[in-house]
Amino acid sequence: MAELVTVGIADLNVVKAPDTLVTYALGSCVGICLYDNEKKIAGLAHIMLPMSREAGQGVDNKRRYADTGIMELIQTMNLQGASTSRMTAKIAGGAQMFSVNSSIFNIGERNVAAVKKVLSAYRIKIVAEETGSNFGRTVFFHSDTGTMEIRAAMRETKFA
Amino acid sequence: MSLRNVEELSEAHIDVLREIGNIGSGNAASALAGLLQCETRINVPSVRMLDFEDAVTYLGGPENITIGMLVNILGDINGMMLYVLQKPFASKMTSQLFGSEIEDLMNLNEMEQSLISEVGNIMAASYINAIASLTGLTIDISVPVLTTDMVGAILSVPTIEFAKVGNKVLFIDDSFIIGSGEIKSNMILVPEMRSLEVLFSKLGVSV
Repeated sequence: MAELVTVGIADLNVVKAPDTLVTYALGSCVGICLYDNEKKIAGLAHIMLPMSREAGQGVDNKRRYADTGIMELIQTMNLQGASTSRMTAKIAGGAQMFSVNSSIFNIGERNVAAVKKVLSAYRIKIVAEETGSNFGRTVFFHSDTGTMEIRAAMRETKFA
Repeated sequence: MSLRNVEELSEAHIDVLREIGNIGSGNAASALAGLLQCETRINVPSVRMLDFEDAVTYLGGPENITIGMLVNILGDINGMMLYVLQKPFASKMTSQLFGSEIEDLMNLNEMEQSLISEVGNIMAASYINAIASLTGLTIDISVPVLTTDMVGAILSVPTIEFAKVGNKVLFIDDSFIIGSGEIKSNMILVPEMRSLEVLFSKLGVSV
């Protein structure tokens, strides 16, 4: 029986086929789906903020940040037998929920930029992206196919 | 000593915030009564520190569709306020004023949007006036910005801002009695830690 495994905010999880990962209601946060197609291993991280070094005094939760969160996700997947060189990425979220011009309000954009920078440092290719705009997204990541499924209020479900 | 984290707030600090919540909610009730032209009372609000996940659960789960209204606080005190309105509350407002309930929160007409913004303005101003009148500080608020979406996505905005100072949000639970029915609304407050220190020292509570 395939299980549905939830990933909370500032959290991550890894499953093998046929299980599915889900993270609900991404706003400015970004969901990073990593996949090893050969081993059918899928990982999902839900990050809130760009780089951990911007945090200032002591990083208490590494899963909050793009850099440390992605690093931990890759390590966790490696431990289960996934190879970094085979991984591909699909990303979603990074919306601007409220339309105001201010640095804290474009945090979604900064999150997406940070995620791309970190993934490129690991030479992981982004094969699908559903980011930006101004609405919340729920992401399902299916480990048997590597499909990312995006649900949003009043919008058609997308598969990427 | 200086406050670094909201988790360092003592029960005495929370009491001060609770009192501000009381006065603010009282102000809000009388302003709403004026707007809606009907008797509006309020029960004693509950003021709590809640984890993000608990706040989201309390508001109906991450995918529950709500209206979120965001207001920036500027001046002697800086921070952010998020007012969360669920459908029953919004519907009560429109039925009192326009005689029609809201069918779909995602598709508000212009009249409904402007009414909801006005209510948000009233709520934000009520709390800010409570702080200003208690402390004598000068505080301004920005024009509220409004969105309707999944509550989890809406709450991520103050949570990200709050992440710098803690894992919890300051959650005010208001329960109004408007005409005959009781309805709830919620205010989430995201203060800067330095602003909280200013506030507490003005009120003679040590930090």
